[in-house]
Amino acid sequence: MTPKSRLHIPQPSARPGQPPDFSYLSLSEAGSVARPDTDAPAREIENLAQELVRVLDDDGEAKGEWVPDLTPAQLLEALRLMMLTRQLDDRMQRMQRQGKISFYMQSLGEEAVSIGQGMALDAGDMLFPSYRNQGLFILRGTSLVDMMCQCLSNTRDMCKGRQMPIMYHNKEANLFSVSGNLATQYPHAVGWAMASAIKGEDHISASWVGDGSTAEADFHYALTFAAVYQAPVILNVVNNQWAISTFQGFAGGLRRSFAARGLGLGIPGVRVDGNDLLAVYAVTQWAAQRARQGGGPTLVELVTYRGGAHSTSDDPSRYRPKDEWAAFPLGDPIERLKQHMVNTGHWSDEQHTALNDELKKTVIAAWKEAISFGTMSEGPRLDVREMFDDVYAETPQHLKQQREQLLALKRGAQ
Amino acid sequence: MSQMNMIQAINSALDTMMEKDPTVIILGEDVGYFGGVFRCTDGLQAKYGEHRVIDAPISEGGIVGSAIGIGVNGLRPVAEIQFADYIYPGLDQIISELARLRYRSGGEFFSPVTIRTPCGGGIRGGQTHSQSPEALFTHLSGIKTVMPSNPYDAKGLLISAIESDDPVVFFEPKRIYNGPFDGDPNKPAVPWSTHPGGKVPEEYYAIPLGKAAVVEEGDELSIITYGTMVHVAQAAVRIAGVSADIIDVRTLVPLDVETLTQSVEKTGRCLIAHEASKFGGYGAELVATIQEECFWHLQAPIERVAGWETPYPHAFEWDYFPGQERVVAGIRNIMEAV
Repeated sequence: MTPKSRLHIPQPSARPGQPPDFSYLSLSEAGSVARPDTDAPAREIENLAQELVRVLDDDGEAKGEWVPDLTPAQLLEALRLMMLTRQLDDRMQRMQRQGKISFYMQSLGEEAVSIGQGMALDAGDMLFPSYRNQGLFILRGTSLVDMMCQCLSNTRDMCKGRQMPIMYHNKEANLFSVSGNLATQYPHAVGWAMASAIKGEDHISASWVGDGSTAEADFHYALTFAAVYQAPVILNVVNNQWAISTFQGFAGGLRRSFAARGLGLGIPGVRVDGNDLLAVYAVTQWAAQRARQGGGPTLVELVTYRGGAHSTSDDPSRYRPKDEWAAFPLGDPIERLKQHMVNTGHWSDEQHTALNDELKKTVIAAWKEAISFGTMSEGPRLDVREMFDDVYAETPQHLKQQREQLLALKRGAQ
Repeated sequence: MSQMNMIQAINSALDTMMEKDPTVIILGEDVGYFGGVFRCTDGLQAKYGEHRVIDAPISEGGIVGSAIGIGVNGLRPVAEIQFADYIYPGLDQIISELARLRYRSGGEFFSPVTIRTPCGGGIRGGQTHSQSPEALFTHLSGIKTVMPSNPYDAKGLLISAIESDDPVVFFEPKRIYNGPFDGDPNKPAVPWSTHPGGKVPEEYYAIPLGKAAVVEEGDELSIITYGTMVHVAQAAVRIAGVSADIIDVRTLVPLDVETLTQSVEKTGRCLIAHEASKFGGYGAELVATIQEECFWHLQAPIERVAGWETPYPHAFEWDYFPGQERVVAGIRNIMEAV
């Protein structure tokens, strides 16, 4: 029979009711991947896009050339920030379920991405986060109260009630405004880095998208511009295996790694264990140094797993096995760093439990403070007049008129 | 004061602003070494260097997207989209990001991007080099939309656009790059030296955004238009033998409602003309505004003259273009109404 073209529909390795199967994931042994010099030609380090940089092995031991120079105090701080992120997520998820906020997105299982990468970058580096990078905001000192107030759209909301929950920004901390449109921040990061190079500054930028969003045109615009102008930028793909209900094969992930997407443009790609904070930190530090010394962009793929739902609006048990996360071969980033620190004698189960309890209390206290600035149903409300501000630098006549119309309506209703 | 065509005036505006403000940079396809397919950036890369006049990949979404990031980092990018017909890959970045960045970030972030783009037909460009998509942009909140009709305005408005901390989409009607075009393709081309708008100061000057221009004054009829159609309207008024206010809107958003309504309240009759297709066109917004503001002054229904609701056809360019004949017919229609 003559072979015929057939439409190929990618299939995930398991759907609900089937046993989880991560045999498709190509893994490397911890410590097995060599760390090239940061000025290595892209062509000579293409292996990094296919192998998996890992530092922590399954027993929590740090191995190989990528072991970063992090003190126990720094590791403890990383652990604390990951735990705080998880506690915040947990609380906010509950608050959404209680109807206190309209929407939420957890970063459960992906905490090492934001914390590890954020720690490896300088305060002057500009970050263009996606919607699952709350850890970056926590790391750079955005207060929990401010983050909660944003989610509450209350009188202290940094967005003045204009954005859905989790669309934070922090200009002072060089954290760009999170957009609800996918991958649009990627070209912004490249443009920001181009401007940094034009101005002769040594600040770099970084941005994040998920595996699914690599299919967006913006991903490809950004890679092209970054390659053409050798922009000092780190472009990160958080491959958490799932884009709502479609697995990463629907973004082409079964053909080649996401890290390899840049190779055709001469952009080095590095595939890293996204649940290994030490590896994440080390790879980011490598890419940052490369960018700062004129080596241009790096595409980093962080292999991780979305432990929770995509958002509070979907139920993952409808499209993937319930126990899939438990079977994920790269584990849980918090447990893995904890294990490493316990092994090295810098941490204990008791300390861990105590810290978790303390962080939980911190989050609860922050929530109490946040709701004192209003919730969607009670307490102080934003002034509706502000709805017409910030559309333009100066409010034009037609918006002033519309504001008056609205106020007149409201007066009439009273 | 120099004699300039619109290309030279735009070049002069860019040159003036690059000289005045070292943060102004240009980004676009063929804008650098070559100086732009319409020559608007001619000589600027040689003068200001490759880091300020940057040739870009063929990627309108990438040009707009990276320009936003460049603007966030303290520079003032002027992006060129080679033809307005090519702007659509950049629409998501314009609509979802550029227009809303200030609003969504509670006023903390903004990116002062100016997007220049040649628009309109009359150059045998067929359906991919003739479009007038200005209405799409006027529907957005957070973007200013500008279209000049002569070199003097082009320079002054472009300078204001670049200086604005708001994003601006700046449409350049390419049929009138080299001379005012009155809508008759059979007549020999006329250079800008025959028109007062062709006299352009070499130095800095700004025309504020949001101010319409009264091009001609009359008392029987108000013609509200912009871009190439300003010149067609002027010719049509001569042919029809009416005394008309001709108002060049210049800035589509924010609209100078006052100048428009003052005129219509005076004349009681209003014709709106644009090259873009009629249905859902910017003229519909003008009709609605005039109707809201001036209903009791109107002596006749408002008349619209616009492009047909087809793509811009290559072989029937002059049948599509709302030329003198259609504007004159519109004028007669409105003057004959009781």
